Amino acid sequence: MLRTAETIGRSVARGVGEAGFAGALFAESVFWTMFGRTRGQPVRLPAIFGQMMQVGIQALPIATVLAATIGMMLAIQSLYSLGLFGAESFAMAGIGLAVVREFAPLIIAILIAGRSGSALAARLSTMMINQEVDALRVIGISPVRFLVAPPLIALIVMVPCLTMWAIVVALTAAAFIVTPALGISLAAYASETIAVLSVNDLIHGLGKSVIFAALVAIISSVNGALAKGGAEGVGRMTTRAVVQSIAAIIVADMIFAFIATRG
Amino acid sequence: MDMLSLQTAPTRKSRANGQPAIRIEGLSAHYGERQVLHEIDLEIEPGEIMVIMGGSGSGKSTLLRQLVGLDLPSAGRIELLGLDITQARAAEMAKLRRRIGVAFQGGALFSSMTVLENLMLPLREHTKLALPTMEIMARMKLEVVGLAGFGDLMPSELSGGMLKRAAVARAIVMDPEMLFFDEPSAGLDPVVSSELDDLILLLRDAMNMTIVVVTHELESTFKIADRITVLDDGRILLVDDVEGVRGSDNARIRNLLSRRSEGAEIDAEAYLRRLTGDA
Repeated sequence: MLRTAETIGRSVARGVGEAGFAGALFAESVFWTMFGRTRGQPVRLPAIFGQMMQVGIQALPIATVLAATIGMMLAIQSLYSLGLFGAESFAMAGIGLAVVREFAPLIIAILIAGRSGSALAARLSTMMINQEVDALRVIGISPVRFLVAPPLIALIVMVPCLTMWAIVVALTAAAFIVTPALGISLAAYASETIAVLSVNDLIHGLGKSVIFAALVAIISSVNGALAKGGAEGVGRMTTRAVVQSIAAIIVADMIFAFIATRG
Repeated sequence: MDMLSLQTAPTRKSRANGQPAIRIEGLSAHYGERQVLHEIDLEIEPGEIMVIMGGSGSGKSTLLRQLVGLDLPSAGRIELLGLDITQARAAEMAKLRRRIGVAFQGGALFSSMTVLENLMLPLREHTKLALPTMEIMARMKLEVVGLAGFGDLMPSELSGGMLKRAAVARAIVMDPEMLFFDEPSAGLDPVVSSELDDLILLLRDAMNMTIVVVTHELESTFKIADRITVLDDGRILLVDDVEGVRGSDNARIRNLLSRRSEGAEIDAEAYLRRLTGDA
């Protein structure tokens, strides 16, 4: 009993410590982004663009496939479930709102957690274990400025862009299921969907994606920075980063949805 | 003579400004609740090669991490080139870091960059030199360490000895006044190890650097050291020149030199506590 309490206590203490570390990493990244130039240590644009290519442009093919699949799946399910009540004509509203407010941001965030979060955690873990991070420090380069700020900025810029792309792809893919099923034209589908959606829905979806991006970047960086113990440690922290990122995305999504629908 | 008493040999180098290059006073360090360094006092003169030697767990690597500012001590002060790094502000540390170089045990070259890019990184971050100038400076340092022509290779394409040389080249690319080596000979065959010793001597003689080497390799130590600090269990046993250390009658030092473990005090109760997990 005492040992269980001790284990729980240690886990809570470790969790609080890691949360504090995550907050510090985020604050330091923001600091270097804003004041790095005046301190003679700017966050380098080539590093940011390099990361943007990796996390954004190179993710386009898989993001397109996932978004199209989700769009078609939603269309099929909506037509089936609404059809039970003879309400198929509401499918467009349901699909539009679900894709923009929920599915596109969520699926892109989960994709980014698995693809870019794992890569970031593995890179930082390896650098920690090989003393490359120590080398940066003794050279006089802030590891946060050099290793964490570029992917953080790249993710915050590219994840909303990918989400916007996913919205367009998912709604277009859904059209290929909905239009023949309801016997309407593509133009009618587009106009109906646009009429249902508001700017607020778009802000809701894209705003969430910014939060998800920051969560993936910081959680992956924290796990990478805490790596110990060779190749096994790299694998362990990479897995941990992905699992924690996805869990954090889902919890944040729920909190965001709760807060955003209260007002 | 008390085994833990500090013996010092007269230093051979003159102090340019009356100050030692490194002054350590009352330095203690802990890992959690375990104390790994016990009130270390040491001075290292400008232009000398000080070898810090000791067995595994003696605290020499911890001392090196404290000296280069990677870890903060739990007590005491460390002055590097006149700056107390335990109290220094970030801006002061940033300036100091341009005046020191560190060659890590495994090289710690950035694996995503070529050797040349590794060398150019400190120049890119700390100077406003034109790119071709940086490249020339980096290639000059590769020449110094005998790696001319290897700049375009990735670190993974280098042998162990070449990795260490490349790490030295990166450490000296900013022409530092002080150079730190962590186990430079570890994992190298005797010939490559000897070449690296020659390189350390060359750097001291040609560039008049103050060099601190942490190692447990006796042959290297006796070849390169101006003075030797012998650490044992986080305490300084002896600070002396090569002859002084060789001639020491301290039992722990004799064991270290003859690579024997006899004489180590065994605390039977502590041993039992460790075995039963009650430590």
